[in-house]
Amino acid sequence: MSQVSTVAASDVYTPARPRGAITRLLEDERWLGLTLLTPTLVLLGLFTAYPFVKGIELAVTDTRVGIPGHFVGIQNFVVLWHDDIFRMAVWNTCFYTVVATTVKLGLGLWLALLLNRSFRGKALMRAAILLPFIIPTVLSTFAWKWMFDPTFSVLNYVLLHLHLITIADRINWLGVPWLAMASVIVVNVWRGVPFFAISLLAGLQTISPELHEAAAIDGARAWQRFRHVTWPLLLPVTMVVMLFSVIQTFADFQIVYVLTGGGPANTTQLFATYAYQIGIGTGLLSQGAAISLAIFPILLIVVIVQLVYIRKVEIA
Amino acid sequence: MNRLRRRDFVRLSGAAAATAGGLGAILATGRAPAYAQQTTLHWVRWSDFVPASDVLLKNQITKECQKALGINLQLETINANDIQARVTSAIQSGNGPDIILGLNNWPQLYTASLADMTDVAEEIGEQQGGYYPISKQVGMVGNKWIGVPWCIGGGLVAYRKSWFEAIGYNTFPDTWEKLQDAGKKLKAKGTPVGQALSHSFGDPPGFWYPWLWSFGGKEVEADGKTVALNSKETLESIKTAVPFWNDACDPGGLSWDDSSNNRAFLSGTIACTNNGASIYIEAKRKPDTYQTDDGKPMYLDIRHAALPKGPGGQYNLPGPFTDMVMGYSKNQDAAKTFLKWIHSKPVFEEWFTSQQGYTDGATKYWEGDKVWSADPVLAPFKNVPAQGRLTGFAGPPDRAAAEVQTKYIIIDMYAKAVQGATAEDALNWATGELKSIYGA
Repeated sequence: MSQVSTVAASDVYTPARPRGAITRLLEDERWLGLTLLTPTLVLLGLFTAYPFVKGIELAVTDTRVGIPGHFVGIQNFVVLWHDDIFRMAVWNTCFYTVVATTVKLGLGLWLALLLNRSFRGKALMRAAILLPFIIPTVLSTFAWKWMFDPTFSVLNYVLLHLHLITIADRINWLGVPWLAMASVIVVNVWRGVPFFAISLLAGLQTISPELHEAAAIDGARAWQRFRHVTWPLLLPVTMVVMLFSVIQTFADFQIVYVLTGGGPANTTQLFATYAYQIGIGTGLLSQGAAISLAIFPILLIVVIVQLVYIRKVEIA
Repeated sequence: MNRLRRRDFVRLSGAAAATAGGLGAILATGRAPAYAQQTTLHWVRWSDFVPASDVLLKNQITKECQKALGINLQLETINANDIQARVTSAIQSGNGPDIILGLNNWPQLYTASLADMTDVAEEIGEQQGGYYPISKQVGMVGNKWIGVPWCIGGGLVAYRKSWFEAIGYNTFPDTWEKLQDAGKKLKAKGTPVGQALSHSFGDPPGFWYPWLWSFGGKEVEADGKTVALNSKETLESIKTAVPFWNDACDPGGLSWDDSSNNRAFLSGTIACTNNGASIYIEAKRKPDTYQTDDGKPMYLDIRHAALPKGPGGQYNLPGPFTDMVMGYSKNQDAAKTFLKWIHSKPVFEEWFTSQQGYTDGATKYWEGDKVWSADPVLAPFKNVPAQGRLTGFAGPPDRAAAEVQTKYIIIDMYAKAVQGATAEDALNWATGELKSIYGA
């Protein structure tokens, strides 16, 4: 009875507040999920799906600037197939992507392993390495353009003063085909390594130190611990990071546009720069769209292969 | 005394106010006021290589325009490389600037989207001694003007007089063989010929198209369709270009942009370069900054000369500028009024003077302007338009010619040869590209 007496009795019955129709609807998880997804779907639709569909529409017509075109089927793609510069752009883009991504993976992983250790100033260092990734690309590429300038290159200046080259042997960083490709890859790697490093660092942090300790107790050396403990557990994160990097690098535009404009003699021409040159420079919007779309099947295959591999790794 | 009713008071005071204006006047009329709507004209131009001209346009000319025409001029200057992107997005969206300054033969790419400017252009041409043929070629379709020519930019070779004299050339070499000989000697001294052979819109075509023409080479026949690049003249031009480049030129030119040669010349690392008058104008503007090795102002040692002759003649590639009034613009009448006004002699004279000889007028009237007698070093620029030829020769500078130029086919033909391809392979490649562009 004493417990009952301590219960505060209400004199007035207060029913539950009536719930509006929208509140009731949102209590259903399916509707709530859809509502929360709607802003993303709208943005994706407006800025990704619509341009993509519009691009396909342009690519199968003969549209020029200010002149609506007629349906021409795959004629634009046939023209591109026979275009020497387009074939060069395909090769350049594949080479650029494979080399740059591989180097970024190697350097990014190395940097992540170093940053995973404990040392003084670790937090500051982790923040500082992000700088190349967050500085606007065009801005940093202009700085690199100065560093590669055939007359005023600071790199040549240093090599000159170290007596490694003479004035007559000044290195033409952006004027020799293979060097120009190497230079744009260097800039891409410089910009992209922080993305790899931070992402892989996050992956490394999820690996329990006890696994390394156990392996060390069993006599595993550093390389063996990396190969049999770290690398397999890091693989899913690595594959996701590689996927994003391949997509971004394949569609790269700014670095080549600023540094070489696709030269010398189209030896650094990529899909994106060639699409811009044709679509904007000559007004042939349909051909420019066709060049952009030509990236899609290649990337789709790469993405599917990687996603299948990621799935296999996760299951394993 | 008659009693003044309230209603009568308001009516009488309103009538009085109507003569004086103000709110009372408005109420008295019983109608909403019709305020004069000021027209705003949005004009997009390139960031001029002579900055003083942009300053003049944005300040003095804008104020004068407001006063004379009641038009609020909004001038926007952007990088020349970005103009085509702006034109494309404006035309496709049907919205944007009212007037856009087009370079080279860009108007020919957008003919369907430009307003008819025949009345304006013809009037200006009649008043000012007629247009140069190259202005008509880029600004007209048949008998219709699709833009109003603004001016013509031209290039001549800027060179260091004392350096050429020191190697035995008292005047600038007038043939390619002589220039190659001079360039070889200058390169041995560390100051070669500087020329861009890269993907940049201004300097590379400005040199290499005239090089091709000076050997008798051409892209197409006069019918504008038959590809004529594959000729012994063109082959000879490629074979000559390779030793010329290797012996006399700065190899850095393969990666230069349009400002690189200016910087190289002003820093004393090249002896000559084909360019507009901007190098001389800049050196003269800062005589203490740009000096010769013996401490004298560099501009005193700069002279200008035409590109050398080849077996096929002597040519240059001027850069016409044309104001395009956009078809979507709702201010076409105001744009026409504005263009007539700004091309009137007293107004255009202000801008032309600020250019100091960097450009020529689009009409022949400006050949007699005092700017050409102000500085004899700049006087040779006066003759550039009359001797000029445009891309797509011997056909018109149409869309196909623009595609060849935008894809740098002619420039890359020479670049490939210079980088090791045989002359025949380079020519075959370029011919194949031209054939696919011209639909041959």
